[in-house]
Amino acid sequence: MDNLMQIAMQNVNYGSIMPSLVLCIFGMALLLINVFLPRGKTTPASWIALIGLVVTAVFAARGWGDPQFGFAGHVALDKFASFSNIIFLFSAGLTILMSDEYLQREGYPIGEYYPLILFATAGAMWMASGTDMMTIFLGLEVLSISLYILAGMFRGQLRSNEAGLKYFLLGAFSTGFLVYGIALIYGVSGTTNVADIGMYLKSHPAMLGNPMTIAGMLLISVGFLFKIGAAPFHMWAPDVYQGAPTPITAFMSAGPKAAALVAFVRILILGLDGLQGDWTSLLWVLAVLTMTVGNIIAINQTNIKRMLAYSSISHAGYALVGLVAANQIGVSGILFYMLAYTFMNLGAFAVLVLAGKKGEENLTLEGFAGFGFKRPFLGVAMSIFLISLMGIPTTAGFAGKFYIFAGAIKAGYIWLAVLGVLNSAVSLYYYLRVMVYMYFKEPAEDYGWVTLHAGAVISIIISVVGVFYLGLIPGKVMEMARMALFF
Amino acid sequence: MQVLFFYLVAFVAVASGLLVVTCKSPVNSALALVNTFFCLAIFYVMLHAPFMAAIQIMVYAGAIMVLILFVIMLLNLGVETMKKTTHTVWGIVAGSLVMMLTFFFIKRGQPANISGPITNEVVESVGHTQLIGKHIFVDFLLPFEITSILLLVAIVGAVILAKKEV
Repeated sequence: MDNLMQIAMQNVNYGSIMPSLVLCIFGMALLLINVFLPRGKTTPASWIALIGLVVTAVFAARGWGDPQFGFAGHVALDKFASFSNIIFLFSAGLTILMSDEYLQREGYPIGEYYPLILFATAGAMWMASGTDMMTIFLGLEVLSISLYILAGMFRGQLRSNEAGLKYFLLGAFSTGFLVYGIALIYGVSGTTNVADIGMYLKSHPAMLGNPMTIAGMLLISVGFLFKIGAAPFHMWAPDVYQGAPTPITAFMSAGPKAAALVAFVRILILGLDGLQGDWTSLLWVLAVLTMTVGNIIAINQTNIKRMLAYSSISHAGYALVGLVAANQIGVSGILFYMLAYTFMNLGAFAVLVLAGKKGEENLTLEGFAGFGFKRPFLGVAMSIFLISLMGIPTTAGFAGKFYIFAGAIKAGYIWLAVLGVLNSAVSLYYYLRVMVYMYFKEPAEDYGWVTLHAGAVISIIISVVGVFYLGLIPGKVMEMARMALFF
Repeated sequence: MQVLFFYLVAFVAVASGLLVVTCKSPVNSALALVNTFFCLAIFYVMLHAPFMAAIQIMVYAGAIMVLILFVIMLLNLGVETMKKTTHTVWGIVAGSLVMMLTFFFIKRGQPANISGPITNEVVESVGHTQLIGKHIFVDFLLPFEITSILLLVAIVGAVILAKKEV
């Protein structure tokens, strides 16, 4: 009884949360600094945020050693978390680079924009390194609430309002499912620690057939699949992606999606390993559905931002294929693919940021007519990103899809891989159509001057380099992704 | 006696929970919600957790309800704002389906037969607040700290989305 009340701060170990801690410190400092910056000037804030991300990257890279555990089993900064952290940092950094001029142009130079991105990234890091349901859940909430705000930040634009409100209401609803699932699993196993849940279920196989366990697994899956944007929980994605500020759409489609996937992987493989038969058959169906729904509806879109939203749904489907495989190649393929997707998608959105005009105009297919000749640099960059999104060899998209489908084939899911490849073929149509408009159509009218802002151009260049590096020499990064696995 | 009391309180809790969703006027719904919160507080007392009961009343029935009433007042929600739509039918169908599934799962499933180190006797001798404090500040220290960031983000968001000029 006495030892119950002995309060020892055992295992606090700040090293295990160092990256997210640094991000939070920078975020809070930036909130204060914003007060002293002149109104309407967000450039200094963006620089401080970028410095914060670089400092964090140093700490995140140092996490690539022996795994650090801390906070009574709540976090583990292992290689799996560190690799994911790098993905989040890239997506946040590229987003911040392309944001500054965009905010000025649209007339919403809000300083709090950058701290919110930093907090969202910290939330993503807690999801990736969390080994307890509570930590993962709270990380998810920090991430989501920041995103609700960022999506609805352009208060004068109806679409942005719609995006913020829709995302908030549906997101809050899906969170309810997740919490209910966590509660049921807690009721079954008596713990919220993911590894302990796995151990308990292993030592009590009778509990696996328990309807409460299965219901818990299903509810947790609903919560995460919503955040990933997988069908049939994808309904929010197009409206939110179209309505949100373009850089935020770019951010949402890469970092947070990767965070949800990574946390989902950890919970399913570490905690609910015993139910693998159940969740693979569920995810098999959903992966096919997600790929197909995303690709088929994308064919109809005339607004490029909305088209990329649907394409992002189908890419979530490809990533789920790796989770169905649940083997070494498949899961490390997910990590690789999310990194590749970060580069190609954020790059495409950076082009959209530069090509758009005030009020989100000029993002339709017609608006891109003749774009390739009028703006050679942006045209070539956009083509590279589209080719990578299609999954053509020599680009990152091909390497990513290759590893994921290889994982599926190795695990014996030949049909799943076949359907995935067929889906990629379907996606050729709507990606190529953008290129056809860019190079083979006459512009209807002169759409004025496109200023090449430094920040967005830098993010485009980084993305191009990333796409080709991962596409031409994927071996090294893939090896790192394989080392990152925790199983 | 205790079982009888439990069923009585449970009946009131479920009945007022139903009133929350069926009441036409939002203010009535809010008051029914207060009633539900009080019933939950009584459950906490019955589970030998008086601290939780007090917190439940202070935070939920007090602070959060005041907030909800304020929102109702500011939005000036009338009785007629809620119209019957086709969604109602589908809502009822989906809701009852979920309820049937829940019943099935709860009836068939058993919770784990685990007893932790914290029994009623330990709680009696050590004290409730001490045990809760230990859990929050030792075992769940990190989630507790993350919550503070979460609240900070929420405050920032509320200010950005609500202030007059950007």
